[in-house]
Amino acid sequence: MTGKSRAPNLMVFGVLLCLGLLFLVLPAYHAGNLARIMVLAVYAMGYNLLFGYTGLLSLGHAMFFAAGMYGLGLSMTGWGLSPVPAFAVGVGAATLASAIIGFLALRTRGVAFMIVTLMFAQAGYLVILYFGAYTRGDEGFVIQQADRMIAGIDLSGDAARYFTAFILFAVCFLGLAWLVRAPFGRTLIAIRENEERAQMLGYDTTMYKLRAMIVSGAISGAAGAGYALLFGYVGATFATVQYSIFPLLWVLLGGAGTLIGPLVGVFFMFYLIDISSAVTSAYMLIAGLALVLLTLFAPQGFAGELRKRVFAWLP
Amino acid sequence: MAAVEILKTVGLTKTYAGLKANTDVNFVLPRGKVTALIGPNGAGKSTFVGMLSGRTPATSGDVFFEGRNINALPAHKRIQLGIAYTFQITSVFAGLSVHENVAVAARRIAGGDQSALNARVGEALARVGLSERADQIAGDLSYGHQRVLEIAMGLVQAPKIFILDEPTQGLSDSEVEDFIALIGSLAGETTVLLIEHNMSVVMRTADFITVLNNGSVLARGTPEQVRADRHVQAAYLGTPDA
Amino acid sequence: MEFGPHLLLASLEGFVTAAILALTAMGLSIVFGVMRVVNVAHGEFYMLGAVIAWWVASLLGGHPAIGFVLALVVAPLVVGALAAVADRLILQRINYDPDRTIVATIGLLYIIQQTTLMTFGPEARPVEAPFNTRLALPWFEFGDKGLTMFWPWGLSTTSYKLFVIGAAVAILLGLWLFMRHSRFGLLMRATQQDRETALAFGIPVDRVYAWVFGLGAGLAAVGAVLVVPIQQAHYLMGQDPLLLSFIVVIIGGLGSLPGTIIAAVLIGMSDGIISVFFTPTLAKIIATLLVAMVLVFRPQGLLGRRAQ
Repeated sequence: MTGKSRAPNLMVFGVLLCLGLLFLVLPAYHAGNLARIMVLAVYAMGYNLLFGYTGLLSLGHAMFFAAGMYGLGLSMTGWGLSPVPAFAVGVGAATLASAIIGFLALRTRGVAFMIVTLMFAQAGYLVILYFGAYTRGDEGFVIQQADRMIAGIDLSGDAARYFTAFILFAVCFLGLAWLVRAPFGRTLIAIRENEERAQMLGYDTTMYKLRAMIVSGAISGAAGAGYALLFGYVGATFATVQYSIFPLLWVLLGGAGTLIGPLVGVFFMFYLIDISSAVTSAYMLIAGLALVLLTLFAPQGFAGELRKRVFAWLP
Repeated sequence: MAAVEILKTVGLTKTYAGLKANTDVNFVLPRGKVTALIGPNGAGKSTFVGMLSGRTPATSGDVFFEGRNINALPAHKRIQLGIAYTFQITSVFAGLSVHENVAVAARRIAGGDQSALNARVGEALARVGLSERADQIAGDLSYGHQRVLEIAMGLVQAPKIFILDEPTQGLSDSEVEDFIALIGSLAGETTVLLIEHNMSVVMRTADFITVLNNGSVLARGTPEQVRADRHVQAAYLGTPDA
Repeated sequence: MEFGPHLLLASLEGFVTAAILALTAMGLSIVFGVMRVVNVAHGEFYMLGAVIAWWVASLLGGHPAIGFVLALVVAPLVVGALAAVADRLILQRINYDPDRTIVATIGLLYIIQQTTLMTFGPEARPVEAPFNTRLALPWFEFGDKGLTMFWPWGLSTTSYKLFVIGAAVAILLGLWLFMRHSRFGLLMRATQQDRETALAFGIPVDRVYAWVFGLGAGLAAVGAVLVVPIQQAHYLMGQDPLLLSFIVVIIGGLGSLPGTIIAAVLIGMSDGIISVFFTPTLAKIIATLLVAMVLVFRPQGLLGRRAQ
């Protein structure tokens, strides 16, 4: 029993150790990619808490990612905030957005929930376009390199960027590793498996789902704020439907309801698109094919299939 | 009897699109006793217990738990008061282990203390004879074992009232015997409300019987009284399938 | 132009939008009503219809009417067949599980859209209308000399736009007769009522589903063939109709066919009229939020009846 319960912890720290050491061996181009992958994996992990662990399929998470991104970007360029408080504004904006959307959307279930979240996110995207005077619409805006400094460290430098992304990833990864095995996470899993039963065991399932939505939205917002801070660009593209579908795709590919799945999914999809976009402008074809093939042949995703076949302990 | 009632309904009524499923049901559940709710198919038994547990909203009437009106409480709040409920159609967390199924039920009460929780879960599983299967996935269990697992999920909550909706349906004869022994062991500690078709189970376990027919109470009393009731004989017991 | 004529013009444009929308949304609604499937790729079937229409018209040459009529037959057949194959190959295999169906049709959306981008290219391409006479419209006003009639500059429509409205009405009527009186319509309604019972009665539910999915996609394609002489064919043109169709089907009550038509007229008209008074972005924001709120607070739709 002790061996079994120690394996997940070993995996969590093993993954973090690998990511930390990879910077030393990777060429700069791939280290830059990996920094981007880690930030996007944070987004995917936030999505996974809601989709993979709670069983709620949202098609509107781009709104939370964008709320984090614009919260940080606008408060830095508009109010002249420094990165750390601006990051807090970003996460706060995403948390608030997810609380409001969650409160409304959780009155529906199933297909209606997907469409409602999609509609709200679409409205959010249009709001960004509508206030083009501040947001610069589709074109977006750049956060100056001179402003992206924390304690005198230039975040646009290779090492600083990599390790800031790493810290963001590690905090979320460890937090979620703890959360999904804590009573709260266990209850979310029970709701995913059979919501009515969980309710008839005395759980206020609506409240649990709302909390899951808020945590998920806050993590997605942290990813959006981190992305804007580390890569210096804020744009409406990140609020489009496509960016709501990406985390779904990543999580499905890596394995919904697994801790490591989001990172694996983002990693594979990032390089798949990176390679195919060099060949054709129709690189989203890869995403489409992946979605169809996954639903047909591996609905559990990479880590999910691993868990089913080999490592039953995978958290 | 009135002094020791734990739950009472007054004029409880449920209407589905003009059709009355329950009409003016006045019902008392004596504390610490086993009460059976019987009646032919479609008599409104499941609707009635649904209204007790809060799964089904009542059209009119009142439910009192320990003297307090609980009409306004949603299902999960009623469960938190100590009303445990097992589904008529088996409803376990099919993807989770047997242990985790019971742990979900226990966690709300036991809180975060892992060893106390495990002890509690282990005890409940032992009581229904599922200890050996604690690590199996619930969905892989046989139907009979899933029903027994449901009972363990109820037991582990140490409920004040334990509502069992047709618990012996689909169980083998030996499993039914185990169930009767289990109900016997709860005597005095938990109030049991049992919906049951199998009359031998009812006669061997129940202290009191309430008979529902066409959504209304037809008779109530001890097994002997109910057995002797002419209306009941005409409506229900007289049929050969009992 | 003054306010009155302007409003008339907007309403006419609104009617054209409504006609196309009714066809497209009807396809989505039938698929949802019978199969309980939310087809996110519906807009791409619409786009394919337009692209095929361009393809047929440019291959044939000659008088634009020949290509147009042929496209009106070929495009829905090809698109419908394609959809039926997708149903068999993908949706049937995942047993129409709601979550997985959404994900699979999102995948299908990108596959169709991106394949079109690779073959048809990123340009918008026009199709010539079979006939396109400009029809000036009169306006009436009470003045000093009583009721006078005059022809405001710019107040006009085309014969083709009127044809689109007429064609959509005719097709929807035909569809209604087909569903009421044909054997297939009967099978469809039986399957919609209760899948299990239909199976028990020996109805080939799998085949009915494939046909229904094809029919739904075909209706979108017809709408696109009708629209393509007004609006050019482009690989991203499926996005707006998808969103609008969703809105229509939701407002009309998921799966309710009369509700779908009424909602299509409502949305099409207000889309035309609202955009006269608001900026299009603000109009879209309001519309999107309103629809989300309808789903949250009245999930049976504005015109639908509550289940049970």
